Amino acid sequence: MEKTILLAPLFSALIAGFGWKIIGEKTAQWLTTGILFLICLLSWILFLTHDGEAYTVTIFRWIDSGLLNADWAIRMDRLTAIMLIVVTSVSALVHLYSMGYMAHDENWAEDEAYRARFFAYLSFFTFAMLSLVTADNLVQMFFGWEGVGLASYLLIGFYYKKPSANAAAMKAFLVNRVGDFGFSLAIFGLFFLTESVNFSDIFAAGPQLAETTITFLWTDWNAANLLGFLLFVGAMGKSAQLFLHTWLPDAMEGPTPVSALIHAATMVTAGVFLVCRMSPLYEYAPEAQMIIVYIGAATAFFAATVGLVQNDIKRVIAYSTCSQLGYMFVAAGVGAYSVAMFHLLTHAFFKALLFLGAGSVIHSMHHEQDMRNYGGLRKKIPLTFWGMMMGTLAITGVGIPLTHIGFAGFLSKDAIIESAWAGTAGGFAFWSLVVAALFTSFYSWRLMFMTFWGKPRGDKHAHEHAHESPWTMTVPLGVLSLGAIFSGMLGYNVFFGDHDKMNAFFGMPAHHAEATVDGAGHASEAATHSTEADTGHAAPVADAAGEDMAHAGPIGAIYMGADNTVIDDAHHAPTWVKVSPFFAMLIGLITAMWFYLWQPSLPGKLAEQQRPLYLFLLNKWYFDEIYDAIIVRPLLWIGRIFWKKGDEGTIDRIVDGVATGFVPYLTRLAGKAQSGYIFTYAFSMVLGIVILVTWMVIGGGAH
Amino acid sequence: MDNLLSIVTFIPSLAALILAIFLRGDDEAAQRNAKWVALLATSLTFLVSIFILAQFEPEDTGFQMVEEHSWILGMTYKMGVDGISVLFVMLTTFMMPLTILASWEVKYRVKEYMIAFLVLETLLLGTFMALDLVLFYLFFEGGLIPMFLIIGIWGGKERIYASFKFFLYTFFGSVFMLISIVAIGIVAGTTDLVTLQTSLFDYSTMDLLGFEIPGGLQSLLWMGFFISFAVKMPLWPVHTWLPAAHVQAPTAGSIVLAAILLKLADYGFLRFTLPMFPVATDILAPMAMWLAVIAIIYASLVALVQEDMKKVIAYSSVAHMAYVLLGIFSATQQGIEGGIIMVLSHGFISGALFFCVGVIYDRTHTRDIEAYGGLAKRMPQYAVVFMFFIMANVGLPGTSGFVGEFLTLVGTFQVNTWVAMFATTGVILSAAYSLWLYRRVVFGQLIKESLKSIKDMTAREKTVFAPLVAMTLLVGIYPSVVTDIIRPTVAQLVENYHAAVDAADVQPEMAASH
Repeated sequence: MEKTILLAPLFSALIAGFGWKIIGEKTAQWLTTGILFLICLLSWILFLTHDGEAYTVTIFRWIDSGLLNADWAIRMDRLTAIMLIVVTSVSALVHLYSMGYMAHDENWAEDEAYRARFFAYLSFFTFAMLSLVTADNLVQMFFGWEGVGLASYLLIGFYYKKPSANAAAMKAFLVNRVGDFGFSLAIFGLFFLTESVNFSDIFAAGPQLAETTITFLWTDWNAANLLGFLLFVGAMGKSAQLFLHTWLPDAMEGPTPVSALIHAATMVTAGVFLVCRMSPLYEYAPEAQMIIVYIGAATAFFAATVGLVQNDIKRVIAYSTCSQLGYMFVAAGVGAYSVAMFHLLTHAFFKALLFLGAGSVIHSMHHEQDMRNYGGLRKKIPLTFWGMMMGTLAITGVGIPLTHIGFAGFLSKDAIIESAWAGTAGGFAFWSLVVAALFTSFYSWRLMFMTFWGKPRGDKHAHEHAHESPWTMTVPLGVLSLGAIFSGMLGYNVFFGDHDKMNAFFGMPAHHAEATVDGAGHASEAATHSTEADTGHAAPVADAAGEDMAHAGPIGAIYMGADNTVIDDAHHAPTWVKVSPFFAMLIGLITAMWFYLWQPSLPGKLAEQQRPLYLFLLNKWYFDEIYDAIIVRPLLWIGRIFWKKGDEGTIDRIVDGVATGFVPYLTRLAGKAQSGYIFTYAFSMVLGIVILVTWMVIGGGAH
Repeated sequence: MDNLLSIVTFIPSLAALILAIFLRGDDEAAQRNAKWVALLATSLTFLVSIFILAQFEPEDTGFQMVEEHSWILGMTYKMGVDGISVLFVMLTTFMMPLTILASWEVKYRVKEYMIAFLVLETLLLGTFMALDLVLFYLFFEGGLIPMFLIIGIWGGKERIYASFKFFLYTFFGSVFMLISIVAIGIVAGTTDLVTLQTSLFDYSTMDLLGFEIPGGLQSLLWMGFFISFAVKMPLWPVHTWLPAAHVQAPTAGSIVLAAILLKLADYGFLRFTLPMFPVATDILAPMAMWLAVIAIIYASLVALVQEDMKKVIAYSSVAHMAYVLLGIFSATQQGIEGGIIMVLSHGFISGALFFCVGVIYDRTHTRDIEAYGGLAKRMPQYAVVFMFFIMANVGLPGTSGFVGEFLTLVGTFQVNTWVAMFATTGVILSAAYSLWLYRRVVFGQLIKESLKSIKDMTAREKTVFAPLVAMTLLVGIYPSVVTDIIRPTVAQLVENYHAAVDAADVQPEMAASH
């Protein structure tokens, strides 16, 4: 069954991609979609029947060189199972949705076939993503990692006639390669130290790595911290974290279903998955964890600020994705891996929903993406409206404070914020996440109000012809809405709320009992303690629990060190911490209502008044411009210098200089060459050699 | 068959002889016959060479299928293959029929053209199989001449300059190797490679014209070979002949040059440098590896700003060959196996990429990137194949390019993290120039008048690509087909190398640099 789940999308991709002329475009679409629904069903069965015990299904040998052995294999554990249902569910729905969305596309002429190619790419992406999440070694994971990168590149650049799409596709690939640079070095380092690339060996080596120093570049490093950091560089690229985030907004050049599947729900969460997967390493890498917390928190805040002022509906959601990924990294960074996975799961549903909803809006508005040209669409496209409403309620975190009743984001995001509070002693990460929650609420509601409320703006014709999308598009919205409403409540206990259920769910042995002392005092004490662990040395972490694990490797899909009590501490966070995201949401909502419902002239005035700030945000903090100026242009300039001044100006000049002695001779030869004599001579010469040698062999052989 | 190696080596030149003697005239029929004879001869060579692979015993780390005869002037004709050379041989026999098929559209002096390629194949195969230094040198240098002719006669506008540049550069390098070979002959008293593989040359520090030479004689001999191979590889800063030669060479010439000829250097490192001069290698490898790092970054940046399609791929070759050097000089199992995989992989990929250029060059007669754009619309199949090889060139996992690059870097990291770090930046840069090339040629609106009626690939062109795609995928997905063959020999090589270095113990700081 595991093999079927992994390989079926590859086969359907190949058949759709190369065989659509034979089977027809329509069949290709149904085939890929049908197979996706089938493996989605299988994945759910696997998820629900999985008992938390990890096992491996080997397919065949891959790279086998000395001590380096990497197989094509499937590692099934709880993390894999979660990712399987996320990936296949969203992918199946996106396939179905695309049947409607891609049915007519004005980017293509009537005689151009593009649908089968699109579905082949989608299925190929699914295959690559599945091979990423099922990998049992780092190299196969890297295969999936780059494979999804390729799929992303192909799909962002799907409209290959558009220069902007091509530029965005290239940018995505290259920025991801910067991340992969770190990922590769981490693999080299891990192999160098552990003599293996397999997860089970690396996990078992966690405690040793914490006490090993590795000479890397100019100095000695703590191995666990260095390798944890390098892996995180890879995660930053794939998950669009600050400094390597610039590709994600541009990736919106791809068709909207792609944005939903790849650039919101699945691929971009691969970095979070990587960190959670490597929890047995990160538990021993406190400094790397700290970096993850800071980068994650900074990204959550940064992306939310930029999201406030964007006018392209997809870009708003893109920045929102970037920001939400930051939340997940904070959770993973403080050691609450299950919480990161919880938000990954709920986010997949509501963010895919928002993107597909946005796609439905765009579809109905004849590919208009500027929200300034929307308005009052509530009545025109009611199903889409309600779908997006559910998504917005989920992402902004609407629920009943101090209970566990609410939309998906209410439970998962609040769990992250509480973990951040517990894990950083109420520090920078906690506050930036709370502020980001406020901004999230504001831009999400802004999007809703600008799109569905008010008077129609922009092209009258488009508004008159606005129409609800076909069932293939609205059914996925409905299914995802269910996920956006219920996934938080259903998953709360096993991901965060109940200590014992969580351990059982992830197959973890109970390292420590749920802390019994209630109240803020204990929590802050524990939080201070873990901060010390963050900044101090990892040595004390490798205590009894670590030694127990030293040979067998940690049990369970994620590993939490004996002193990692962040989740328990989060449970005991004071009430004001627990309700802070709710109030942040409320403030954001009211501000958005004030700005876009009650006083629609206000935003313009404010933008006018605070022009520098507005431009700063609108231009995304000028990251693109800065990178262009300090990286892209200098590199091209250096390339040109090397070429013109190095190769042609220096090396060739020296070569010619050395050859000066030959020059008169050369020109004479060249003169002869022109007339062909020289080549005749040379030719006879070579034939002579050949005859000589051949004669010798035949003669020699006869001896 | 106890002279299988000779048979494989000389089938092509026999065919060349037949063409030279029996084929008359230059009309269409004669041209067609010449092409078919060449194609059949190279295909036959490939088929027969499969017997070499079939008979080859991977577990035996010595030379196999050895033939030895005394020859003129007291020299010995001795051939054999081992785990190192057998795949170089197979790469050559595999690529040559495709090369011939790739040059089906040649119109000018077809007979001579085919003869040149056939002779070249014999000389290349001989180089990889020769077990006598003098014989090796003859084959090695002999290969220069047909290549020189191919560029000089069938090349582009500046073919004369390019061919002489190619000739003088490589000839310059060879002089040093010749000196080393002569010195070896005098010092060791034999030119037999089997004996030489285990003989240890003096490595005590030597005083030469007031300079102290660590590693002594070994270092000098090492340098002699290294200069020659560095030019052949080509290594920065002696690489500038390659872009010139590639740009001017006809498509098939570029394919052979990139896919096989450059590999003579890698073969040389594995056959001579590592086993014969281990102590000198230990001392001088860091220098070579730094040059390789410079080559990777330098060539990649230069590739980024090229306007000629062939130059992009030529500079890309310079960068990729540097990875092979890194892998080999890391003297680790992963590094060397990666290096050999990279040799094969680069053979398939760069050969295919040059053919990709050839396909559209045949249609439009320009290599100027600016002249293209939007080919995906009219040439969808071509777009797929070109994309495949671009991605293989970028080292996407699942293609052979990844396995080679990955293993060489794994090996390098174990020896020097600085070098590994800088070399790994190459994976970013290779993506940059490869995708940038592809984007400008294949993507975008098709607006150029000259492209409006361009046709997609022909059956012949697909036939050339198909085996290359298959091999790139096979080695990418199941590289054990390669590593199972070379593992024992490489393990032996690594073991001998480290034993020799440890015994010598002249370089304590190498161990510390881990």
